[in-house]
Amino acid sequence: MQILIAILAGVLLAVVFVVISAPLRAARSAERTGVPAEGEQARHSAASASYERAELEAARETKYREIRDAELDLRTGKLSNEDYEAIDSGLRAEALELLDRLETIDSERPANNAGPGNAKPKLEG
Amino acid sequence: MADLGRICLPLALLICVYGIGASIYGARTGRIEFSDSGRRSVYALAIVLTVAFGVLELAFLRNDFAFNTVADTSSRTTPTFYRAAAVWSSQEGSLLLWAWLLSLWSSLALFLVRRRMRDVAAYATAILLGFGAFFISLMIFYASPFSTTNPAPAEGVGLDPLLRFPTMMIHPPMLYSGYTLCTIPLAFGMGALLARRVDADWIKAIRRFAFAAWLFLGIGILLGARWSYSELGWGGYWGWDAVENASLMPWLTGTAFLHSLMIQEKRGMLKVWNVSLVLATGTLAIMGTFLVRSGILNSIHAFGGATLGVPFVVLIGILIAASIYLVVSRRDMLRSQHRLDSLLSREAIFLGNNIVLVALCFVIFWGTYFPLISEAFTGTEASVGPPWFDRYTVPLALLLVLLSGIGPVIAWRRATFANARRNFAVPLLSALVTLVVLLAAGVAHKAFAIAMFCCAAFVLGSISQEFFRGTRARRAMAGEALPVALVALVRRNRRRYGGYVVHLGIAVLFVGVAASSSFQHAVEQRLSVGGSTHVGKYTVRYVRPTATITPKNDAVHTGSTLNIGAVLDVSKGGRHVATLSPSEGFYDSGEPAQGTVGHLIGGQAVSHISMSAGVTRDVWTAIAPDISTPALQRIVSIGNRTLPADEGVVALGVLAREYLKHPPAAQFHFIVSPLVMWIWIGGLIVLGGGLIAIWPTPSAVRRRVAMRSRARAAHGLARA
Repeated sequence: MQILIAILAGVLLAVVFVVISAPLRAARSAERTGVPAEGEQARHSAASASYERAELEAARETKYREIRDAELDLRTGKLSNEDYEAIDSGLRAEALELLDRLETIDSERPANNAGPGNAKPKLEG
Repeated sequence: MADLGRICLPLALLICVYGIGASIYGARTGRIEFSDSGRRSVYALAIVLTVAFGVLELAFLRNDFAFNTVADTSSRTTPTFYRAAAVWSSQEGSLLLWAWLLSLWSSLALFLVRRRMRDVAAYATAILLGFGAFFISLMIFYASPFSTTNPAPAEGVGLDPLLRFPTMMIHPPMLYSGYTLCTIPLAFGMGALLARRVDADWIKAIRRFAFAAWLFLGIGILLGARWSYSELGWGGYWGWDAVENASLMPWLTGTAFLHSLMIQEKRGMLKVWNVSLVLATGTLAIMGTFLVRSGILNSIHAFGGATLGVPFVVLIGILIAASIYLVVSRRDMLRSQHRLDSLLSREAIFLGNNIVLVALCFVIFWGTYFPLISEAFTGTEASVGPPWFDRYTVPLALLLVLLSGIGPVIAWRRATFANARRNFAVPLLSALVTLVVLLAAGVAHKAFAIAMFCCAAFVLGSISQEFFRGTRARRAMAGEALPVALVALVRRNRRRYGGYVVHLGIAVLFVGVAASSSFQHAVEQRLSVGGSTHVGKYTVRYVRPTATITPKNDAVHTGSTLNIGAVLDVSKGGRHVATLSPSEGFYDSGEPAQGTVGHLIGGQAVSHISMSAGVTRDVWTAIAPDISTPALQRIVSIGNRTLPADEGVVALGVLAREYLKHPPAAQFHFIVSPLVMWIWIGGLIVLGGGLIAIWPTPSAVRRRVAMRSRARAAHGLARA
């Protein structure tokens, strides 16, 4: 019984080590194979752009939802036509501004990722 | 196998410590591999705690009484289902359950956001692992689930009879899932503040978990109320017990958050409020756990055990201090982007709803914690009872239900008075008709109940109107048949219409509460066989006594050694309505000093109520039989003197026969409560609405909607 417990404990330790260390091993492996790591500045720039994109995408989805909600409010009689027109055009303008900003980020992305390379570990999950 | 469990706990603690360090390092340096490793520590923690939980579960199922917690809360005669669930009936097992559920839900949350908000997620990971380390440390240093005794006792004490009820065994996992899920928005909220990223993305990420926490807490609360009503012998479903209140408070602030985060999403307002609500909800969840696990309370919920008060107070102090510091130091980033456009808007109604919910939480907080604080300083036990709570919560509950009917019929941003008049006509008419009917029925003296019924009718009117108009609009647009249009309407607008269903469920639930509280008839009466009494319009007659011995004769597996009860006939207007069979179970005290027979029935006596439940009313009854009569006590006394240790049950058989032959008068408690069933129905409606709102939209549908929305956004502004 004690041997069985020791084996089980050993297996558990091994699993824990494999799971936790996988990203670190992947990063080291990438370094060893000669794929240079990102420079810190490039990494931060890429991260910033990624965050901004995520924020804008979340804001865009919310804006689309607001446009649909306003239309549903009109159709269910909660908004007058005048109020709806005013709200709707404002929301669409805000939505297009978000789309413009997203396109700007996308067009700048190759510039952000330029440099020595991108050695971000592929292992995720 | 206990050794394997003992290895798991320190290993889990090490994983937490490593994960906290790796996550913070990764967040501060931008080294993604360390953030990822920190996240994977949570997965590893889930694996290790699953093994630990499995070891303990197996010990219960195998009746391994070498485990102290198994010996204290289970026995060979405990039915398998209850044995499996008895894991969390003890202090130690419940701590392990808490930590395990935390690791599982945290793993899911972090997996779902693994490609987003890396620095926010890294800080959140550290905070979640911090909670994990706290609970694991409690188990290692205070209350280990894997402590053993050698040699192992041959038999265990058995499960507390009050817990031998199916909903009671599901109640803790539901409640703990709610509590642990509350820590996820808290962790991400703190992470967003630490990373200085408090805009739309983190709100979107935690919305589902905030909703899931709200749902699980709600289910747990409802199951607890159902258990109280169906098992405990007092006939009520809510007693403003400190532990009940502890679970309700985070649910209230969580409800407020789910509403106000919509305002932040749409208008960029209430950022300070929202982040404060998230932090408060998580802190209240920890405080709820503190109340149950710390040993500070002496109640049915507090399963005694080690006093964990000091560590919990330290943790809560750190949470409160950290929350205040983060919100104050980041207040510049939390400024609102817009102001309220109009007081006649959904935003204003949601704000009102938030104020009411937080006020409710504050009242309950004061009533719950003030007595404890007062007792800590003065040494005198103080208590605040249901009348105090009802005085303040009933008006607030009325306001809440009313607002839940107003919100759906008001537009976002601004509504005109003309529109408001048109939209309020049907709900107001519903309320008015209800008022007239109730007054005509002669119940004018029950003001609060009438007010609640009218508010509920208002809600029903407004929700029905919303569904009707929405379906009509859908049919006009798409030409669909009525049922198809209704389903399509809900599928396209899950959040909105799921929310409407939740509002309806709340209104129905409060109708049940108001009716059962205000129009209840209760009688306590001592009856002999053949005697009868009146309870409201019902007549209850004591037909005959019942008496059974040993668990195998006990159909509900309560484990009682002796069960004494009665058969009652319930009639109304001369017509038979129901037959009820309440009983009281007598249990083994495990104290040999009480004698061979005495110890078999010397333990905690538990009432097994009997109820006839219906759509319009419940007839509820409990019995307290009298076994202290000289004739019955003589049997016990003779048995104690003459029977060997393992034959005491023979005397119980004689006692049971004597009771059946010459039954003494018994004390009965009868209650007729109208509309109680609508509380549970309302709860199910709330659950259904919550599931509709939280259900994810298939990704193909999301992409199609996004494309159409993009085209629509450009249309009319001459952009393609």
